[in-house]
Parts: sequence; C-alpha cells; structure tokens
Amino acid sequence: MLTEFGRVFLFLIIGGVFVAGGLVVAWLLRPHRPYANKLTTYECGETPVGDTRVRFNIRFYVVALIFLIFDVEVVFLFPWATVYKDLGWFAFIEMLVFLGILFVGYAYVWRKGDLQWDKPSPRVPTYVRGVGVQEPRLKEEEIVV
Amino acid sequence: MGLLDQRFENGNVLITSMDTLLNWARLSSVWGMQFGLACCAIEMMATGASHYDLDRFGTFFRATPRQSDVMIVAGTVTLKMASRIKVLYDQMSEPRYVLSMGSCANCGGPYWEHGYHVLKGVDRVIPVDVYVPGCPPRPEALMEGLLKLQEKIRGESLVKRKSA
Repeated sequence: MLTEFGRVFLFLIIGGVFVAGGLVVAWLLRPHRPYANKLTTYECGETPVGDTRVRFNIRFYVVALIFLIFDVEVVFLFPWATVYKDLGWFAFIEMLVFLGILFVGYAYVWRKGDLQWDKPSPRVPTYVRGVGVQEPRLKEEEIVV
Repeated sequence: MGLLDQRFENGNVLITSMDTLLNWARLSSVWGMQFGLACCAIEMMATGASHYDLDRFGTFFRATPRQSDVMIVAGTVTLKMASRIKVLYDQMSEPRYVLSMGSCANCGGPYWEHGYHVLKGVDRVIPVDVYVPGCPPRPEALMEGLLKLQEKIRGESLVKRKSA
C-alpha cells in the first residue's frame, strides 16, 4: 500500500495535473489577440519608467542581519520545544548554553557598533548676510585620501 | 490562437451548447477592475460592500486589469485621466466590457458646458457597453447595469465565427 510519503507524492501529482489542466483548458477557450499596448507593463495606467530591479540601500543589510540572528534562533527553538518534555532539565540547560553563545555574539556585535543605523550627515550650506551662501568646512574625518 | 476562438459556423448542437456553457460561466463571474474616479466610486464601494453585496451577482473587484472583465468607469473622467483609462482598457484581457457609471462618465454631466478639463463622455476614448444614468446612480442602478451586462454576455458567442 501507499506509504506516508506516497500520499504526499500523490498529492504532488494531482496538484501538477490540476494546474496544467487549468492552463490547457484556458488556452483552448480564451481569445488570443495580443497587441503592443495590451502587453505593456501594468503600472496603474502610467507609462512604466525604468527597470523593475531597484537597488536597496546597503544600510538595510543591518536589518537583514538582525532578522537572521533571531530567525535561526527560532528555527532551533521549535524542534527543541517539541521534545522538551522527554528530555527535561538536560534540554533546558543545553538550550540555555546555546542561547548564551548566541547572546554573547549578539552583545559583541552590538558593542562594536555594527548594528548602528548609518545616518548620513549632509553638509548644509548656510546663508550669511552680506557674504552669501557658504559651504561649511570639511571635518577631518570626512576628507578621503 | 485559441482552438475554440471564432472557428466554427452556426447550427451545430455541440457548438451552441458549448457557447451556452461558456457564456453562463462568463456572466456568472464578471469581475470588475478596482478603480474609481470620483463620488460615483463611493456608490460603487457601497454596492460592493455587505449591505448591497455585489458578490452575489458574481462581481467583485480585482486589483489588476489582467484579471478583470469589466471596467466600471465610476466618476468624472478628466482629460488627464482619459489617456490613463485608455491604457488601462488596452491592458485588460479579452473579452472585456466597459460600464459607464453616472452622468459624468456618460456625457460629462454637470461639466458638460463649462468643464474645460472634463472629457464629455468616456465613450470618446473607449467603447462602452452599458450606460448607468444618475448623479450618482444608486447602488440598485449599478446592479441593474451589471445585470444588463450579463444579459448582453448571454447573447454573445465566443465560438462562432463573426459575420464577415
């Protein structure tokens, strides 16, 4: 008879047939009259401008890092929680050690300032009466050699 | 090109019943495009909400023209919006329908004489199937218009060859 994974495989096949069947029937039934304006990208009625691949600011990398730390932590916590009752105190202390190691790493990164949101510090020109618009002087750390 | 798309002559029992089935399916799920222009759109939203419940006629709103069958032009069509409406209509997949809702979309309405910025009827840029009068039309009127559209779909044929 079917094993457990056999049933999953059966569902996989039925799912595939379902999708393919829908596409084939739609292809048989639908009118097919493409023209240039119909095929343009839907941008709420506007003419699409530029590429869809937009660069994200590198600073969001910090957010990704924070997410990754806690995400992986939770991934390990779930299987631990299911067998917690069977293993008892041993599991508890093991997880404390694991969380402790993670926490030390987290504290280190925090202390080092790697999670700081890198704020831009633009030099704003000021208007001085009688002199005109003046650029502020460059600070020493801003001068790139 | 689709296998059934306008490829058959009249008079075949199989073809006519196929048409009936297709039309029944199409008119039972006339999905609207989710976009409103002015105060008529408020009535349209009211019609879609639970009190008037447009969903019982098979109409509910999709967020993209690719998935929608009917465009309900609900409100004043300004000249600026007219070109966008044309683009949106072009982007809808066939068979597609247009329901012009309210006096503004029908003929310019109160902006008929002095509205320097208003298109005098949306049928000047896209073909309209059903006109719903009113300023704005009550939800009942919009539902009546959609039922009229369903009647129109029932009389159509996707399979039969169009007369040359």
